[in-house]
Amino acid sequence: MEQQISVARDILEKNDRMAEKLREIFHSKKVLVLNLMSSPGAGKTTLLENTLKALKDKYRMAVIEGDVQTNNDARRIEATGAQAMQINTDGGCHLDSSMIQKVLNEFDLDKIDILFVENVGNLVCPAEFTVGEDHKVTILSVPEGDDKPEKYPLMFAESTAVLLNKTDLLPYVEFNMDRAANFARSLKEGVRIFPVSAKTGEGLQDWYAWLTEQVQAKK
Amino acid sequence: MHEMSIAQNLIQIIDEEMQKHEVHKLNKVKVVHGQLSHIVPEALETAFEVLTQGTRMQGAAIALEEKPLRAKCRECGREFSPEGDDLMIMTCPYCQTEFGHEILSGKELFIEEIEAE
Repeated sequence: MEQQISVARDILEKNDRMAEKLREIFHSKKVLVLNLMSSPGAGKTTLLENTLKALKDKYRMAVIEGDVQTNNDARRIEATGAQAMQINTDGGCHLDSSMIQKVLNEFDLDKIDILFVENVGNLVCPAEFTVGEDHKVTILSVPEGDDKPEKYPLMFAESTAVLLNKTDLLPYVEFNMDRAANFARSLKEGVRIFPVSAKTGEGLQDWYAWLTEQVQAKK
Repeated sequence: MHEMSIAQNLIQIIDEEMQKHEVHKLNKVKVVHGQLSHIVPEALETAFEVLTQGTRMQGAAIALEEKPLRAKCRECGREFSPEGDDLMIMTCPYCQTEFGHEILSGKELFIEEIEAE
């Protein structure tokens, strides 16, 4: 006998529940968690190297690295003296909460102020998944072009802060800072825009100041 | 773009519900998705078909209903449905306020019901 069964269940309930669980853990341990996203090669790891070295005496920081293959990035982070755990997705295009949960035991959250999650290089998918973070931060680099916020709106609509990286290359490529910044602002109210160069150090102080604000807010 | 893993989640939930209600053959599943849920219906249908091969759900129909994006302006309180290609830019057509509107519907992705025996 055929039955019509009412279900009314969210298909993504599993990841949502795990994300909520992670959020509660990070909240109780007062750890600031940032989900760093960008295209491959935009400068996430270099930015982290700079940040970890600059703030090592001020905050205790650790990194979860996400890549399809290799532990190249985890090794770079470890060379700065910070703890890093590498997740290899073996083809997966983004990190999700269950992947984060699996490596979380490797960290002593009581001894961490900021946990960076460096997502898989990808300007599409990471925006759709939460890993229990406080903020999503997107890095767009100058050589990629100033129309990327328009073309990849979800990433920018989800990000509290946007770093426009590699400003040292502005003399060599077409990139209109205002165009990129304005479109990012039209997607997310109150988004903080940071033009930076991880290579020359330009603009990084403002990024560090924002990090400091966020850490205080979490405590 | 993640229709494969969405289909996996979908099948897992249907499995639980079928066990709960002690039914053995799935005939139909109805999924409701909002305009802003980022799924491609054809891709989800295909993924579902592929993953249910050789299971008790094989051959079941999957019906997808799209719910429009509906927002309530945070400034003037009027309801509107953002139009056009740029659904992410939600400007209130009444008072032109750009952000912070309450999303009444459009982000959902849920299983409404199944038909099974």
